[in-house]
Amino acid sequence: MKPGWEMVVGLEVHCELKTASKLFCGCRNMFGDEPNTNVCPVCLGLPGSLPVLNARAVEMAMAIGTALLCEIRPSTFHRKNYFYPDQAKDYQISQYDEPINVNGHLDLPDGTRVGIERAHMEEDTGKTTHAGASGRIHGADYSLVDYNRSGVPLVEIVSRPDMRSSAQARAYATELRAVLVASGASDGKMEEGSMRVDANVSVRRSTADPFGTRCEIKNLNSVRSLGRAVDYEADRQIELIESGDQVVQQTRHWDEDAGRTVALRSKEEAYDYRYFLEPDLVPLVPDAEWTNAVAAAMGPMPAARRARLIELLGDAGGRAESQADQVATVVDLGLDDLVTTAVAAGVTSALALARTANEAATDADAARRLDPDSYVSLLTMEASGSLTATQAKAVLADLLAAGGGDPAAIAAAKGFEAMSEDSLATAVAEVVAAHPDEWGRYRDGEDKLAGFLTGAVMKATRGQADAKAVGAELRRLRG
Amino acid sequence: MSAPRPSIELAQAVRSGARAAVDVVGEHLAAIEAGDGAVHAFNLVTAEQARDQAAAVDRMVAEGGDPGPLAGVPIALKDNLCTRGVPTTCSSRILEGWLPPYDATVVTRLRRAGAVVVGKTNMDEFAMGSSTEGSAFGPTHNPHDTSRVPGGSSGGSAAAVAAGFAPLALGSDTGGSIRQPAALCGVVGMKPTYGTVSRYGLVAFASSLDQIGPLATTVADAALLFDVIGGHDPADSTSLNRPSPRVLSVLDDGVAGLAVGVLTEFLEGAAPDVVARVREAAEACAAAGATVQEVSVPVVHLGLSAYYLISPGEASSNLARYDGVRYGLRVDAEDTVAMNTATRSAGFGAEVKRRIMLGTYVLSAGYMDAYYNQALRVRTKTIEGFDAAYACCDVLLGPTSPTTAFPLGSKTGDPLAMYQSDVCTIPSNLAGHPAISIPFGPGDDGLPVGVQVLGPALSEGTLFRVAAVVEAAAPPLLPLGSAGEVRS
Repeated sequence: MKPGWEMVVGLEVHCELKTASKLFCGCRNMFGDEPNTNVCPVCLGLPGSLPVLNARAVEMAMAIGTALLCEIRPSTFHRKNYFYPDQAKDYQISQYDEPINVNGHLDLPDGTRVGIERAHMEEDTGKTTHAGASGRIHGADYSLVDYNRSGVPLVEIVSRPDMRSSAQARAYATELRAVLVASGASDGKMEEGSMRVDANVSVRRSTADPFGTRCEIKNLNSVRSLGRAVDYEADRQIELIESGDQVVQQTRHWDEDAGRTVALRSKEEAYDYRYFLEPDLVPLVPDAEWTNAVAAAMGPMPAARRARLIELLGDAGGRAESQADQVATVVDLGLDDLVTTAVAAGVTSALALARTANEAATDADAARRLDPDSYVSLLTMEASGSLTATQAKAVLADLLAAGGGDPAAIAAAKGFEAMSEDSLATAVAEVVAAHPDEWGRYRDGEDKLAGFLTGAVMKATRGQADAKAVGAELRRLRG
Repeated sequence: MSAPRPSIELAQAVRSGARAAVDVVGEHLAAIEAGDGAVHAFNLVTAEQARDQAAAVDRMVAEGGDPGPLAGVPIALKDNLCTRGVPTTCSSRILEGWLPPYDATVVTRLRRAGAVVVGKTNMDEFAMGSSTEGSAFGPTHNPHDTSRVPGGSSGGSAAAVAAGFAPLALGSDTGGSIRQPAALCGVVGMKPTYGTVSRYGLVAFASSLDQIGPLATTVADAALLFDVIGGHDPADSTSLNRPSPRVLSVLDDGVAGLAVGVLTEFLEGAAPDVVARVREAAEACAAAGATVQEVSVPVVHLGLSAYYLISPGEASSNLARYDGVRYGLRVDAEDTVAMNTATRSAGFGAEVKRRIMLGTYVLSAGYMDAYYNQALRVRTKTIEGFDAAYACCDVLLGPTSPTTAFPLGSKTGDPLAMYQSDVCTIPSNLAGHPAISIPFGPGDDGLPVGVQVLGPALSEGTLFRVAAVVEAAAPPLLPLGSAGEVRS
């Protein structure tokens, strides 16, 4: 960011709700199924079909509103009219001037408060694949439309223009994603399109100036793309202004490969969506009993859970940053219980956090289903030295793959019995005898040869020896 | 005296085994075969399915089962009601070749009641019109005088009942499309309260106005048909969540003590012979014990204008889906937008295009408030105007159509004159209220006159009681085909 300039960013995030069925019909809401298998007259927009609102989707929208501290209010649906092949009815049913959630906020880890203007419900479109060299509709040989996504429930979360850097934009997207996952409304998978981000970017010379003309950037498929695109766009606008040009209000497309934004359409070319009240639906007026039940069913949000874990784990001893990352990962993946249970059972916080954030996190779905008791007993075996770190990780992988089990039995089946002190001493002695040169240099103070000798013992014992115990034995022999 | 009920008696004969449904259906198919060449009430006659369905009804009776209150009764369906695997065209080229994969809720309810669908009836394209001349497949002719229109848009359904092709039919009514053709063809036609009959499977014209309703030769038959198709449907979010209506059971309760208002605004633009018939009907109500007075609801004058802003607005959106991408007609072109344009240019007729353009305009940024939103305010005023009238009257009485059936081709060149045909029916649609048209003898030209009874929301029971009294007092219609002799 060029000195003397400030960027202003607001984000519009589309979040697919993880309901079992679609927003207005009973079809399965499932990513990745055979094209056009989860369709019916309603989501294909066949003549005579009518929408019926999915109550579960309403609950998830209210959960998002609750998580973002919004006012949840009576709302209506409108039709947004435009022609596109993947838009089954050639209009989208969306909330317009009376959205279900308004006036909330999200606090970022750095303390910045980002206002939430609204979080409204709408239906997703189908997905068009353009065959041909360009991959876009222009120049395509033909196009294929998959309506499996048609009618999937979305909540669009519109922030206020409260972010001032790409780092804040990334932090907002990351934190919002964690909140959406924690609220139970979304799986937050950006790579599968279940969370899609558009960025509104403008620049100005001073905080006291009014907002500049903004551009909306589409096609941001990762938090990293978001950061790059926002930085690129701010620089582009600054260059324009400094060279005496003006920023034109536009919708722009982020080209990930080229690392730049390109114009899609200007304000003058913007569609006239001819919004009007959807006559096939009635106003949505959730009563207090319903909204309260949704709020009561929600667990604590990520910020509170992170604070709770950090408090539990205590002083990080100079590892604050990596610990914060590990805590964020654990909370993001919903593995808090594994850490808290292990620590409560006496496992050190460093070990509990490391195994959870590094290893259990590789298969978070399985880890969330894991019996905390078997996880705790595995970590206890590792902490007491009856399993090496390598062995513990191997047993954990089996536990996750099998969906549970007895870690001691798995360790035994793998032959992971901790070596007795006698056999470890014998193994070390044999290695010392077999490598007299290296042993001599080590004995004379060349400490780095400990690694060679330990490696040789590990190899001889096929990994069964505990590396720490081998090191201790070597030091004992050196005297 | 009990109101005549031929369909009900037919169903009773089939249920008791006195008559075979295959014979009943066979006779009607033969009548269609013999007579529909001159009338063109049907886009499609489903003879084979009808015979199979009738045979199934007979088997059920033979096995001791009860096929339902409409056992073996032939019924004609307007061609905008979805029928599984059977073409549903809305009398438009744009739906050519489309086979719905599902039945409309009303069709399912008819089948469960034992009714036998004999075919799909002609209509103005997408129900936009008042004469059935807007069909892409050619006009329907009025069975009373084949040089005259049957009215519209449910002209095929009304003509089918009038010609004796089927004792019952379903139509849809957005601005009068059941009642006006019923009046012009001399049959009973009723538009229910918005939300009492499921719209699931009715191809939408203007969603906030559309209602499916019965056409029949008598008030009692229409009452039974309404009882069968009405009631809550979870597939239609605008369907009222209340028990099924039961109007047949109150039909003979009479009108003693009811207050009947004659709606002066409806008389003003109507032909003198039509006005005279309305007054006779009012006298019949008075003779049966009702109090009768003249009532004014000035806001109904604005109904036509408001209707021609609201209904095209909704239609422009409802008809967007006919884009050549998924079903029906596709005219290939170099890219998607050109294909959309070519398909819609070739697939829609002139009146449909006119209304799509009108509707697109009234919803456009910069014009919406002046037109569409203003029309919505008139709609609210219409409800308030009726509310004031219903504070002193139980029902209102007026003509259904300002004139009897007009000659084919006489209004096709003048859309505004055609639109005037619905001036007495539109206000009920704007208000969401029920209304029924009952044939009340011939006019001076020998053609049927329809008298309309209007009521507040959910007043169907009262409406049918008044309709039965009007029906009992009605002079008989002339035999089919003899109206021309009256004039000559």
